[in-house]
Amino acid sequence: MRKSRIAAIAALGTAAALALSACGGSGFSSSSAGASGTASASANTTPLTILIGSSGTAETNAVTSAVSAWSQKSGIQATVIASSNLEQDAAKGFAAGKPADILYTSPADLATWAKAGNMYAYGDTLPNKSDFYAPLVKAFTYNNQFYCAPKDFSTLALEINTTMWQKAGLTNADIPTTWAQLDAVGQKIKAKGMVPLTFGPQIERVGAFMAQAGGSLVSADGKTATVNSAANIAGLTEVQKLLKDGTAAYSNTLHNAGWGGEAFGKQYAVMTIEGNWITGAMQTDYQNVKYKVVQLPAGAQKGTLEYTNCWGITAKSGNVGGAESLVQYLTSTNQQLAFAKAFGVMPSVQSAKAQWIKDNPAMAAFVDGASYAQNLPSMPGAAAVITDFDQKLPSLATTSPKSILDAEQKNLQAAINNG
Amino acid sequence: MTVTAISSRRRRGAPQGQGVAGWVFVTPVVIILGIFLVVPIVMALWVSVSDWSGSGSPFTSQVHFVGAKNYTSVLNGQGLTAQTFGLAVRNNLYYVLYVVPLQTALSLFLAVMVSRRAMKGRSFFRMAFYFPSVTSSVAITVLWLFLFSGSGVVNKVMSYLSISGPDWFNDPNGVGTQLFHLKESGWLATGNFLGIDWYQWLAGPSVAMSAFIIMAIFTTSGTFMLLFIAALQNIGEDTEEAALIDGADAWARFRYVTLPLLRPTLYTVITLGLIGTWQIFDQIWIGTHGGPAYTTTTPAYMAYDTAFSGNWGKGAAIAFILFGIIIVMTLVQRLILGEADATKMTRKQLRLDRAQRAASAAAAEKTTGRAR
Repeated sequence: MRKSRIAAIAALGTAAALALSACGGSGFSSSSAGASGTASASANTTPLTILIGSSGTAETNAVTSAVSAWSQKSGIQATVIASSNLEQDAAKGFAAGKPADILYTSPADLATWAKAGNMYAYGDTLPNKSDFYAPLVKAFTYNNQFYCAPKDFSTLALEINTTMWQKAGLTNADIPTTWAQLDAVGQKIKAKGMVPLTFGPQIERVGAFMAQAGGSLVSADGKTATVNSAANIAGLTEVQKLLKDGTAAYSNTLHNAGWGGEAFGKQYAVMTIEGNWITGAMQTDYQNVKYKVVQLPAGAQKGTLEYTNCWGITAKSGNVGGAESLVQYLTSTNQQLAFAKAFGVMPSVQSAKAQWIKDNPAMAAFVDGASYAQNLPSMPGAAAVITDFDQKLPSLATTSPKSILDAEQKNLQAAINNG
Repeated sequence: MTVTAISSRRRRGAPQGQGVAGWVFVTPVVIILGIFLVVPIVMALWVSVSDWSGSGSPFTSQVHFVGAKNYTSVLNGQGLTAQTFGLAVRNNLYYVLYVVPLQTALSLFLAVMVSRRAMKGRSFFRMAFYFPSVTSSVAITVLWLFLFSGSGVVNKVMSYLSISGPDWFNDPNGVGTQLFHLKESGWLATGNFLGIDWYQWLAGPSVAMSAFIIMAIFTTSGTFMLLFIAALQNIGEDTEEAALIDGADAWARFRYVTLPLLRPTLYTVITLGLIGTWQIFDQIWIGTHGGPAYTTTTPAYMAYDTAFSGNWGKGAAIAFILFGIIIVMTLVQRLILGEADATKMTRKQLRLDRAQRAASAAAAEKTTGRAR
């Protein structure tokens, strides 16, 4: 009996060893099949997974129901997974060699992932390629390849609390369209004891002023950093002036608000600079606040920044063809209008513009900005420079704009050279 | 019958059989340790000297050896990563410098207080002081964010004392800068160690980091208090009584009797404190994500952040540098506390020492027995 127990333990031990080494083994083997970006685009019946970084249940439900409608039509099974930390989940998938087939991809993620060979470039074969707004196509172009179909987008615009606006004795005629007018209304509002303008202390908001001054962080060809150009210094100096004058305040300094939308919704300030995601927050959290959306005031020129995501298809997907057809379905004009209705995003195709403005007349300013919006740089390594910017801008009121920009010029140029 | 069964078994389980059985029993643990400990460490070490981009296994032919490139880019003092790392080391150094001594002193103080016989409601206080340690650090960090917000309770209380509190978690100003009115000019603006100048090294922990320091002292003192209580109970009444008879007052008893006897525990607490404080991650990740102005970025948080933004090699390199820092710090601490001498004893000395102690213990037993 004792012998048989030892034998059993030995057998167990060996089995465990085998099982574990088998697990370990798969980690070491090189399975690079399908890593090339030229997989055949014909669909098979392999089920698809779609990884989304959802803004809430409305978005998850809308995407899930759209995908299941497509599944019924195409006969290809597809599962939507909502992730609370998309980049981390995506990284795990890439490392394991089994990423989701389709995932939300930001321009910065696209550059990092495409450089590592994780992404499949299909943008140039899209039948409705020319329907997408040009700056969006540019945002998802890496190494001269248009990688993925833009999902939706938003530009930054100026939101005005109309009740407080009237309280300050201002009318529709006072809505600022230039920096000078912004200063003027700012002084008037300040005189009434209110905070005129607020925005987050990030390059993602402050950068709009640099765009309005005629600057951009990189040259048009993306080869040289132009962070410390005269225009950018002018833009940042304007922001510094607003902060010093008290005609603008960073949102985190207003009772510790988390972002411009919170400070605006809680009526700490009369105006804020945000994208169309603010409308969702206003609807759910601050229904009583009456506001209107206008285009950002112009400096030397009109300028704003835009934010977008695309439907990235991974190179190791077992069903690239199926994934492509699903993305085409999801980015079709009608489907995008349905998404817009469900969770308030702005369609990425021009053919949906007229209908969208008709459905959302109050938000036309967001889509008007699309014609002159800029993207923040997205080459690999640029994300670290953006973070560095965001760490330095909070102390802008007491630092010289040029010294901030000079430092970032070096950092961004290094990122471009490494990219 | 049982006797014969046992003796026969002992005889049968002779040398060869036992060896095999031993290996059989140990194998599962060896394999589990190997796969979950040794292999990941080796993998991470390889990643830290490779150009792995996070796609597929790092052990494929597409991943190349790049030498110490990842390490130099973190340590050479040039570029964004190196500067951020310099700040991260500075932040964590100040964090360790404040947290370890303060939490050790506080936990010792608490332990001595709640160990006093005369004190009423001892078990209540023990539980109360230990409570923060059993609460999840996530919950405490969130609580801290509320307490230390610009319009939070802490600032409210300070305002009653006519002090206008800072906007804690959003204030990147160094405490040292504000106390000594340092300016980033002159010789302070020169120098470059790990990519940052002397001014930044001397700036001290930021106001935001101070909030984390207070939190760490608050949460971990309870844990270490428990260790000290256990050690205090080991000392026993009679030692104290003996000192009392010799005419030692309360302070002398603590300083010359209790404290030397607590030395091994003190060593443990400081070692655990050093290792724990260098590894701070979750509070930062929940609370500030390294901001404002990088003043709460720590090497552990930076390793995570760097790796998951696509620079796996650099991230792994930071993790190994942090590992090195912790080892060095622990060794330095051993040297200072003189514990190193004990371990330098050879086995023979140890055996002799043990024998001696046993003999003296036996003698003591005999004398006390006789006395009784």
